[in-house]
Amino acid sequence: MKKIEAIIKPFKIDEVREALSEVGVVGMSVSEVKGFGRQKGHKEIYRGSEYNVDFLPKVKIEMVLSDEKVEEVIDAIRNAANTDKIGDGKIFVVPVEQAVRIRTNERGEEAV
Amino acid sequence: MSAHKTSAKGLCSHPGETRFIFPQKWLESPKWFMILALLAPLGLLGQEGDGGIDTGDTAWILVSTALVLFMNIPGLALFYAGLVRSKNVLSVLMHCFVLTATMTLLWLVCGYSLSFSTTGMEQGVTNLSSFIGSLDLAMLKGVSGDTTEGTIPKLLHFAFQMTFFIITPALMVGAFVERMKFSSVLWFTALWNLIVYTPICHMVWGGAGGYFADRGVQDFAGGIVVHITAGIGALVACIVLGPRKGYPGAVMMPHNLPMTVTGAAMLWVGWFGFNGGSALGANGGAASALVVTQISAAVATLVWMFIEWIKHGKPSMLGAATGAIAGLAAITPASGTVGPLGALAIGTLSGVICWYASTAIKQKLGYDDSLDVFGVHGVGGFIGTIMLAVFMAPGFGGAGEADFSISSQLGIQLHAALITAVYTAIATWIILKIVAAITGGLRVDEQEENSGLDQSYHGEEAYND
Repeated sequence: MKKIEAIIKPFKIDEVREALSEVGVVGMSVSEVKGFGRQKGHKEIYRGSEYNVDFLPKVKIEMVLSDEKVEEVIDAIRNAANTDKIGDGKIFVVPVEQAVRIRTNERGEEAV
Repeated sequence: MSAHKTSAKGLCSHPGETRFIFPQKWLESPKWFMILALLAPLGLLGQEGDGGIDTGDTAWILVSTALVLFMNIPGLALFYAGLVRSKNVLSVLMHCFVLTATMTLLWLVCGYSLSFSTTGMEQGVTNLSSFIGSLDLAMLKGVSGDTTEGTIPKLLHFAFQMTFFIITPALMVGAFVERMKFSSVLWFTALWNLIVYTPICHMVWGGAGGYFADRGVQDFAGGIVVHITAGIGALVACIVLGPRKGYPGAVMMPHNLPMTVTGAAMLWVGWFGFNGGSALGANGGAASALVVTQISAAVATLVWMFIEWIKHGKPSMLGAATGAIAGLAAITPASGTVGPLGALAIGTLSGVICWYASTAIKQKLGYDDSLDVFGVHGVGGFIGTIMLAVFMAPGFGGAGEADFSISSQLGIQLHAALITAVYTAIATWIILKIVAAITGGLRVDEQEENSGLDQSYHGEEAYND
């Protein structure tokens, strides 16, 4: 099992969700996050006081999959979230040791 | 209230003696004569004789009273609350809200009397009564529904002027947000209103025999009485109190600009009552005040916006809203005496100078006038108070008489503005020292400031999910 964490631009979340449904992803967790990478932040000015806003809003999608689905899902996310502009985000893939369905106590891939 | 009285009486439509006290210039001006001619039939149908209550005037001042109260709650409260960080939003709302309550009672107990009692006043005579009223109207003694002030009930005069007594100290809240103890705020604003507001109000608006009124000072709706006093009081308070922890390096962005803009828009609308109501009648003077108020607010909005657009590359909503308030504050003292040309000039100057005061000057001097009370209200009040001496001239469309002298009026206005500023600065400093002794220090402690005043002083949070 692998966990995929994708950090994308917020306005892309609907397209990414649709693309993932099409490749058979049936569940995910989504959270609003802030951060920065190479895009950096921007400047805001309030009555002459300048502030550098370092942390930009992004959306983080998390899902756990069987190993063989990983490449397909990565492609789906990349195709949907890509704008060819800096700041499109990143995808991380990490191994998962165990998964448990709370209601039935099913384990492993049965539970995801 | 010299300007108040001139316009209220000057355009009075009652039958009877009041009709014949028109200054010569009104009769010579075809514009006013036409208004008078149109109103005359209404006067003949009027309900009361000389000295009675005019229902039209009364209706307008009733509305104006509500408008000015609306400026403070919710207008000013929201304007300020949106500008602070989310951990302090309730404390700012609380200041404006509770000041409305405390100042109402203080006005009843003695504020109105100290400001507007005319006992002992005599035109041309300078005595103690030229500076402060007596206590014979305390608790509205002897005032009933039938007692009049000009053409309106005295109770309504009490209520209308009360709203100014409420909003003036509330304006100062913007200078000491996010760091002053609640008990200190209550003591400071109450003492300040008694020691600063009431004498200055009495000297300007108390009637013939008032120190400033007798010297020909023009302050239609409160450039000196409201904006210079509040602006200087705010500046002294923020310097004595010291900057917020982390200022100027820390990020202190406004937490909710839509809230601020909502408040600014309420202030703009409410200002029709503030300036238009200061005519103390439903007449041409009120209409003129309303029109120049709108012009000044409009031009100052655009000036501030274009300055930001040119300087920073983007015209900001906060800048437009701040410009409007600067233009409104600046036209306040002049709104009874200048015409459209004066409003354009005063609006433009306030947009430029208040912007400079709130940004470059504040940053250079390093004081933390957190929400720019001095930069917007104090400086705006000065601009209007001084510039009305120019634009009151009949050549500029102002209400000055044919022999009006710009230079002598300028001297009169400067004299009053400077005396008020110096007195306010010294008195505010002394009051703050007294309050610090009473409440064991003006400031919240560091831990409380970090946590935010909402939680540490009021036991609640503005946004719980």
